[in-house]
Amino acid sequence: MVEFWVNVFLVALLVVITFYIIRLKTLIAIVALSGAYSLTAAAIFVNLDAVDVAFTEAAVGSGISTILFLAALRYLPLEEAHQTRYPRLSLSLCIIVGLMLIIAAFELPNFGDPNAPAHLHVAPRYIEESYPLFHIPNVVTNVLASYRGFDTLGEVVVVFTAGLGVITLLAGSTLSMRFVKIENDLDKTNKTSKEDA
Amino acid sequence: MRDNPVFKIVSKILFGPIIIYGLYVQFHGDYGPGGGFQAGVIVAAAYILYALIFGLERVRKIMPNLVIQYIMALGVLVFAGTGIASIAFGANYLDYSPFADKIYKAQHLGIIIVELGVGLTVFAVMLGLFYAFAGFKPKK
Repeated sequence: MVEFWVNVFLVALLVVITFYIIRLKTLIAIVALSGAYSLTAAAIFVNLDAVDVAFTEAAVGSGISTILFLAALRYLPLEEAHQTRYPRLSLSLCIIVGLMLIIAAFELPNFGDPNAPAHLHVAPRYIEESYPLFHIPNVVTNVLASYRGFDTLGEVVVVFTAGLGVITLLAGSTLSMRFVKIENDLDKTNKTSKEDA
Repeated sequence: MRDNPVFKIVSKILFGPIIIYGLYVQFHGDYGPGGGFQAGVIVAAAYILYALIFGLERVRKIMPNLVIQYIMALGVLVFAGTGIASIAFGANYLDYSPFADKIYKAQHLGIIIVELGVGLTVFAVMLGLFYAFAGFKPKK
């Protein structure tokens, strides 16, 4: 029962933070609030006994992303430029989709229901089989690195590709610096050849 | 604010313990919460803290861009190479069972190697992203 009310409080806090993120115009306050949002989400995950997810959310969501946002803020003005408008069409669309999602949420199985479809598929096998077989108590690690190793490989490749993309785009890499150097050299040779002609 | 001695000393004191904590999360991921993803972020956070206080150039001296890019690729190669090694031993891709005589030993070994690959890539990408954003110079 206590857990339930803690969850209610945390979700209410998420709604309040989201409301302020929408209403505020100062970008640095929005960044700080999104960090707070991630931290609250991490607290919810802890309350739901998903410690690994909470760990990731706290480290990535409220730690690194906030720093990256702050670093990106240096190139932006202090405040949002445009005035917030509330077009009727978008508003009604949001309300309709929101209502549909709320109605659909009533059809979800209860929280912690052992007969929910998600708990009947492969999860029992992982939980029962992995410790006697692997001698590793953290089932999350077993699923992540062994049972679902191929998925995790895909995730790592996604992270790698994202990093490569950002580094290449922002010209912070030695690779693109080399390209800049080649371009400069080309310009120089073009100029000299023109002068020769 | 960067010249404040409190920030300088605290960041110097915290640099080592944060990395050790990251390594603990990395290699203790099979017994407690954590693993490569979280550990990579934590170790990157140590470097980012140092960069915030002492400036980007000093961190770039100990962790140059080129090294970051090599580590990024190395992590993926370690992960994918483990799979190739499984094939070389005659098992399916990313099946760790031929790495040792007992299945739980083989799984331990495989999981630790694979998580190391994850940690290396995540660490390098996070630090690389920070370098890219913090060191970006817009064209005039």
